[in-house]
Amino acid sequence: MTRNNLWIGGTAMPVLIGMLLLFAVSPSVTASEQPSATNAAVKIDNFVFGPQTLTVPVGTTVTWTNSDDIPHTSVSTEGVFRSKVLDTDEKFSYTFTKAGTYPYYCTIHPKMTGQVVVK
Amino acid sequence: MAENEHDLIDQKLQDLNNDGVDRRGFLKCMAWAGTGLVWTMSGGIPVSRAFSKGYGKDAGKGADFTFVQISDSHIGFNKPANPDVTATLQTAINKINAMRHTPDFIIHTGDLSQLSKPSEFDTLDQVLKGASAKQIFFVPGEHDMLTDNGEQYLRRYGKSTKGTGWSSFDHKGVHFVGLVNVANLKAGGMGSLGNEQLAWLEEDLKGRSANTPIVLFAHIPLWTIYPDWGWGTDDSEQALSYVKRFGSVTVLNGHIHQIMQKVEGKVSFHTAMSTAFPQPAPGTAPSAGPMKVPADQLQRVLGITDVNYVVSGRSLAVVDSRLGDSGASASENADGPLAAVDSSHG
Repeated sequence: MTRNNLWIGGTAMPVLIGMLLLFAVSPSVTASEQPSATNAAVKIDNFVFGPQTLTVPVGTTVTWTNSDDIPHTSVSTEGVFRSKVLDTDEKFSYTFTKAGTYPYYCTIHPKMTGQVVVK
Repeated sequence: MAENEHDLIDQKLQDLNNDGVDRRGFLKCMAWAGTGLVWTMSGGIPVSRAFSKGYGKDAGKGADFTFVQISDSHIGFNKPANPDVTATLQTAINKINAMRHTPDFIIHTGDLSQLSKPSEFDTLDQVLKGASAKQIFFVPGEHDMLTDNGEQYLRRYGKSTKGTGWSSFDHKGVHFVGLVNVANLKAGGMGSLGNEQLAWLEEDLKGRSANTPIVLFAHIPLWTIYPDWGWGTDDSEQALSYVKRFGSVTVLNGHIHQIMQKVEGKVSFHTAMSTAFPQPAPGTAPSAGPMKVPADQLQRVLGITDVNYVVSGRSLAVVDSRLGDSGASASENADGPLAAVDSSHG
């Protein structure tokens, strides 16, 4: 049990840090009125959203891809967005136009949670 | 697994065969992992016994009635773990049809389909139509309520049920309750029954004699097996508090695609194998995804569960049998040479 938790943390953290670094130095991150056309990805793999916390600038389109053999969903806990059921390799995209924290989960496997932080 | 652990397990099995229910220490769980049968022990009181090959021939003999549990057919799944789940469901039905005593009915504990598609439900219906037992009771799995809050499921399989598909019925003195714990799941949680269903359950059981054997069935286990993978039901304790006063309670679940059993007082819990694909034992893999096994071993990790009920002892005997058991003489051992019989004594 503990080992599994560590495993999840171990894979998610470097990715998260990588994403943060990427956006910190990215020239597309500006305070301009026009949302910049950036893209970011969340991979659903082994019943885990990776990265579990994704931080992106306003205007980013986030695409979830299901890499599992089992269907998943990506559904905003607060009703902001709701994917259809994603079978293997299916994708769902949502563009975040407002700053905020957007928690979401898989409605089929509710233990699977993640959040998108839009700055 | 360590060598001495194997020895311990063998010894335990031996002991249980010898002295059956008198032995201290209960079998906490029994799970398929890969090609071996794994038993995990912990303290308590035994109500389970492991039976050697041959028991299955007499399964159902002397019983007042028998019913069969099948689970997790996942019709529509077509990945390498099992590219033909319709064929393995058919094998399960053939096995039921070959039983010496035709079961009174079948209970399907959910995940009939992979993606709640009409065509998947159609295929399932087609295969189930060929079963010797004509009456089939269903509870939905999360895969059956993917697209429309379960409306299609209810239309097809839950016509006379309440709420999201719960119901109860009596059969030859036993009270059966089908519960739904896959609807309206909350972020971060496990399975959930919800207040409305809990209130109904309390009312449903009220006024029944404590001598009435109770069978609860639901998709996700009503006992917490492995919270990290969501293998449990958040409000199951509330439901179980309503059955505490009964002398014999049997809880049948699916969802985890492997056999596990546990006995707590007069309540015995049991999960069934899938007819489609196996899943790993808790914590033995990065996730609960389908477990890929060599094609020639697939049928050894899929199966059905027969339950025999004997009025005199108010006991239910749960027999799991694998689809691949003794292939050539399948009809001879139709109701299962396996493995485990779990009797709960009232």
